[in-house]
Amino acid sequence: MSEITTADYIAEAKRALNNPVLQSALTDLQNRFGRGTALAYRNLPEGPDLRLKAHDIRRKTIANLDIVLETLVANIRKNGGQVFFAHDADAALEYCLATARRHQVKLAVKGKSMVSEEIGLNTALIGAGIEVAETDLGEYIIQLAGERPSHIIAPAIHKSRKDIGSLFADKIKIPYTDDPPSLTRAARKALREKFLAADMGFSGCNIACAETGHIVTVSNEGNIRMSTTMPKVHVAIMGMERVAARLADHDILLRLLCRGAAAQNMGTYVSYIGGPRYLQQVDGPDEFHLVILDNGRSRILADEEFREMLYCIRCAACLNVCPVYGKIGGHSYGHPYSGPVGAVVMPLLAGINRFKDLCQGETLCGACQDACPVNIDIPRLLLALRAKLADGDAGWQVSRASIPEKGIYTLWSWIVQNRRLYDFFLRLAGLGQSFLPKNKGMIRRLPPPMSGWTRGRDIQPVAGKSFVDRWRSGDIN
Amino acid sequence: MSDPNKTVTLFIQCLVDGIYPEVGEAMVRIFRKLGINLICPTKQTCCGQPAFNAGYRREAGVAAKRFIDIFEAAEVIVCPSGSCVTMVRHHYPQLFEDDDSWLQRARQVAAKTYELTEYIVDVLGVEDLGAHYDGTITYHDSCHLLRNLRVKAQPRKLLSKISGAEFIEMNDADRCCGFGGSFSVKYADISAAMAADKVDNIIACGADTVVGCDMGCLMNIQGMLSRKGVDIKIMHIAQILAA
Repeated sequence: MSEITTADYIAEAKRALNNPVLQSALTDLQNRFGRGTALAYRNLPEGPDLRLKAHDIRRKTIANLDIVLETLVANIRKNGGQVFFAHDADAALEYCLATARRHQVKLAVKGKSMVSEEIGLNTALIGAGIEVAETDLGEYIIQLAGERPSHIIAPAIHKSRKDIGSLFADKIKIPYTDDPPSLTRAARKALREKFLAADMGFSGCNIACAETGHIVTVSNEGNIRMSTTMPKVHVAIMGMERVAARLADHDILLRLLCRGAAAQNMGTYVSYIGGPRYLQQVDGPDEFHLVILDNGRSRILADEEFREMLYCIRCAACLNVCPVYGKIGGHSYGHPYSGPVGAVVMPLLAGINRFKDLCQGETLCGACQDACPVNIDIPRLLLALRAKLADGDAGWQVSRASIPEKGIYTLWSWIVQNRRLYDFFLRLAGLGQSFLPKNKGMIRRLPPPMSGWTRGRDIQPVAGKSFVDRWRSGDIN
Repeated sequence: MSDPNKTVTLFIQCLVDGIYPEVGEAMVRIFRKLGINLICPTKQTCCGQPAFNAGYRREAGVAAKRFIDIFEAAEVIVCPSGSCVTMVRHHYPQLFEDDDSWLQRARQVAAKTYELTEYIVDVLGVEDLGAHYDGTITYHDSCHLLRNLRVKAQPRKLLSKISGAEFIEMNDADRCCGFGGSFSVKYADISAAMAADKVDNIIACGADTVVGCDMGCLMNIQGMLSRKGVDIKIMHIAQILAA
């Protein structure tokens, strides 16, 4: 994962909190999509419990992933497609570059793909002298600005139309406007030229179907369909978990994906791509390649505690309800996989110690699980990651995150075993707090390690006499 | 379904015990009014949730075993916090999944542990406690109570029966206040920003009192109200129901 910039979660979050444009964009996003998705689940013909059925479908598929993938690959090869299993990002990139070199590709177009962000595809292509054009409007904006996506589905959510107006004036030399239809028209014109000139198209895969041998892509702009049909070569990249065994399962997951992603019953453009064009077909690429990426997923698959994370279909519904994401935005997570999904996936894929702030910097409120189209128990996974950090774990190469914190909880575990000791510490806190600054009875400033609390809030002091003390001395009886 | 004549054993959340003992006292008054016998084990300390949520399972396990030792003889256990009940009901069985004998004991304790409003409404079948309150109240859904115990209607039913009080729903009542245990200290700026949003919603709804079922959230909300100098009261539901 070469493109990761391990930004300081806390510092980046603070920057986001102080950005009023971002704050209002995040609120709008969550009000629209968060609520819309909840409503869309309630309006499902099968009812909202279809999420539970989908969870079961994912559980079975992931448990049989080897066989399901074999079926997918056999069917795609039967249709004339070429398949490559990439052990890691480098292997995937090497395959993509070799394919591009073979066709002397100068310009590639790309449909929105998170997995391509995961492996750092754009950097690799540019490094090899190949121009790459993002064709999703949001991704196009981000690429022009030289930034990273801040949301899985709405990558440019952090930019206002004024930002985009200035960006377009600067980069594609149109007169400044902040009128969305005019900006969209300008992007469309610029992109149309890219589509017509491109020698190669890249896409991700929302959910493949093993039974029929298709990869399936969903978009609302038609750009993925153009990226995958206009150039002579189409390379699709998918995480190895993004597959349904049967078409009947696929139908359920696809309908839930669209609801989770954009509160839609169905995306505007859904393409089932099974290989290159047939001889007599006018449209479609001459070559179709599918890169199936592992990049750490086998390790997740092998651990029953974390396997559930592979059920994820990357719809971003959890981002649209997460109260933490809603305040800090996507960039704080240091990687395009952000929000609750990022908080679990990034530590698992790229190092639990390295991404510890992602899984610790969440409140465990559970809104993500209720929003998840496949009902992944994200809070359970966050807790399991925290357990690895607390005591270290050889299997996951995790070292203990904080020795002082371990010391505090060890001490705590002694105190809670003895009510007398517990009472002593309560009294100690009661005595200590008499030296702290107060306002109308509320403490204004706590000492470290609690000082963070009172940076933004006050706190009620410890009571003179605890409840248990009152009960014991008969004050309540 | 539990027998309403059972003796209730009080499981006092540590925040209530040490910082808000008046919430526990209010709970006692409610049960007394309902004619229910009470026991309060005075050896109790903490259920272990802070350690569990921070990942320290060994330390949480120590607290959990002690809790089970103290409480397993109880007929029924009631706690004024959805978060602590979630710990006992959902996380104790997880803590002991590799230890059959403790797992069995954990499950038995979990099965008779209830959150206060859940116990009053679902088990005792009581909605009107004859409380009176002069004021406009709004209710904050605590995350663990709402999403782990699925308790949403019970507190609202109880609040709707309070005479003299007007009830207003705030916007995003079910959105996290930003407390999150040690999150509120470790990631204090994010936590405070979430609390500020919650307080904005409370102010916007026009209530003069915000009621909740968990002192963790209420302590957070109270701290933000105080820092902003906003004159809105926080009350645990036990306090308003005992009024």
